[in-house]
Amino acid sequence: MSGLLIFPILLPLAGGVIAILVKTNPKRSLQLALISAGLHTLTSGLLVYHVHLNGILATQIGNWPAPFGITLVADHLSAVLVMITAIVNLAVTAYSKADIDAALIDRGYYPLLQMLVCGICGAFLTGDIFNLYVWFEVMLIASFGLLVLGQSKSQLDGGIKYVVINLLATLLFIAGIGLLYGLTGTLNLADLHVKVPLIANRGLLTAVAMLFLAAFGIKAALFPLFFWLPAAYHTPPVAVSAIFSGLLTKVGIYALIRVFTLVFTVDMGYFYPVLLVMAALTMITGVLGAAAQNEFRRILSFHIISQVGYMAMGLALQTRLALAGTIFYLIHHIIVKANLFLVSGIVHRLQGSFELAQLGGLYRSNGKIAILFFIPAFSLAGFPPLSGFWAKMILIRASLEIHQYWVAFVAAVVGLLTVYSMTKIWAEVFWKPAPQANHFSEAMIPRKSSAWMLAPITVLAMLTIIIGFGAEFVFKFAERAAEELSHPQYYVNAVLGNRQ
Amino acid sequence: MEILCAGLVGVMVAASIYLILDRNLIRFIFGLILASNAINLLIFAVGRLDSQRPPLIPDPATAAQGSFANALPQALILTAIVIGFALLSFIFVLFYRTYQELGTVDTELMRVAEADTNNSLPVSTPPSGESA
Repeated sequence: MSGLLIFPILLPLAGGVIAILVKTNPKRSLQLALISAGLHTLTSGLLVYHVHLNGILATQIGNWPAPFGITLVADHLSAVLVMITAIVNLAVTAYSKADIDAALIDRGYYPLLQMLVCGICGAFLTGDIFNLYVWFEVMLIASFGLLVLGQSKSQLDGGIKYVVINLLATLLFIAGIGLLYGLTGTLNLADLHVKVPLIANRGLLTAVAMLFLAAFGIKAALFPLFFWLPAAYHTPPVAVSAIFSGLLTKVGIYALIRVFTLVFTVDMGYFYPVLLVMAALTMITGVLGAAAQNEFRRILSFHIISQVGYMAMGLALQTRLALAGTIFYLIHHIIVKANLFLVSGIVHRLQGSFELAQLGGLYRSNGKIAILFFIPAFSLAGFPPLSGFWAKMILIRASLEIHQYWVAFVAAVVGLLTVYSMTKIWAEVFWKPAPQANHFSEAMIPRKSSAWMLAPITVLAMLTIIIGFGAEFVFKFAERAAEELSHPQYYVNAVLGNRQ
Repeated sequence: MEILCAGLVGVMVAASIYLILDRNLIRFIFGLILASNAINLLIFAVGRLDSQRPPLIPDPATAAQGSFANALPQALILTAIVIGFALLSFIFVLFYRTYQELGTVDTELMRVAEADTNNSLPVSTPPSGESA
């Protein structure tokens, strides 16, 4: 069954390479990307099914036994994240038909998109920390290319901030890997789980943990390290911001979860309280930053930050229920957030702006789009019975169970403030009458939305509803994933077998 | 030898942080180059430097005897150098394009993406046809 582990990485890689060959032909490029994304979704669905039935799946690349070769591992968390990556990729690829013009395709839009997905899936599936670094780099270089594709002034300006801070993060990451290797002599995550408790120099171990926290914190946009995100995410084409907003910060969260539930399992002193405070501040600053914005995509960008805070909070609380809440949150959030960006693209296409002041009247003129915005927006804000409500409820309940009342309070208040932001967009874009077309005449030429844009948004909105109404099933799945994370022995046994 | 290496890494990282804190993007990039080289040295040093024997197994034996140089950090560094080189060439091109478009290398003046519509800082237009 090792093919199931390799295909989610190989398919987008092969798709990306072939896409370079046909990039001058937009139609062929799209067909190829759709086929690749469709197959990717199918195989990742099979992977989830297999992992759910048979438990953690591991394979050794090149048949070098672990811990010497590179290991690929899929547990519940990795498998479900790969599947959601594939779904978002499929939605964004279809959306690109209407959003990305031939000039950008000719500059290599589809190859970069596929390589980005390849890097993300590689990061989710690898069982080797140095290999994780390599996948991070694959993902980064593809995201750099996508971000500045088109080379407008604001893209270059946002791009340079995104690039420099992310390069700094990878330097911290690889410094941490180097020191960890020096302490343990291994790079395999499962083997690290066995060897890290044997380290005598606990002070140096804490320093390494902090290096990882800073590196992944930058990627995930945690509290003092998030400034690159609102500088960059509103500048590229909508399809690009949608896939970035859904997936990139979540790879940082995934890496945090993986490393701190598997490698740093010894008593980490003040680490978790520090992470909890960081998570709370991330939620608060993100939501307050959003309240101050008046541009559609910038509001959404700040909300990514506040939502990442919830996920970090689940990790910091350290109970199994809290981890299940984080995983539920990941599943819900990736779909909802990517969808909101896609909706902002339709609004921009219809009215020619992202500025709230220049938008309006869409509820009257395009009721369908208003509903398609309503579902993900109020799921993000946590209205029952949509998916975000259950995700927030699990996390708040988990924090109440271990008497962390203050963080439960913060999470609830931030949820309330999210309602404020979403209501602001709703009132400005959909309810208020359309502004007079005085200084924006050329943009006010009414343009039609495309079925290529509506279809992915509808599918993602349906998924949000399904997760909301099928919350029990998703929660059971998340609990299984959390069970595996809180008992790293399963993971270690799957990778190292009976050799220890 | 490791102590010497550690000291060198420390000096290089300190210098790179000094450069990275600068508002001038060129200095920032040089700081980044210095830091990535410092970290390569760090990985080299944590692989232990106490032996100069190559990690080769002589003909009749089936396992290496005694201490020998650790080959794994060198493989890691090689990977990091290759990746770092690709990223650096990208960032130099990106940096040059940004300079062409925005006409400045000062990060304080780069406010296009997050422009405050009320009081945006003036950004001069780049001199046309001039190279950096």
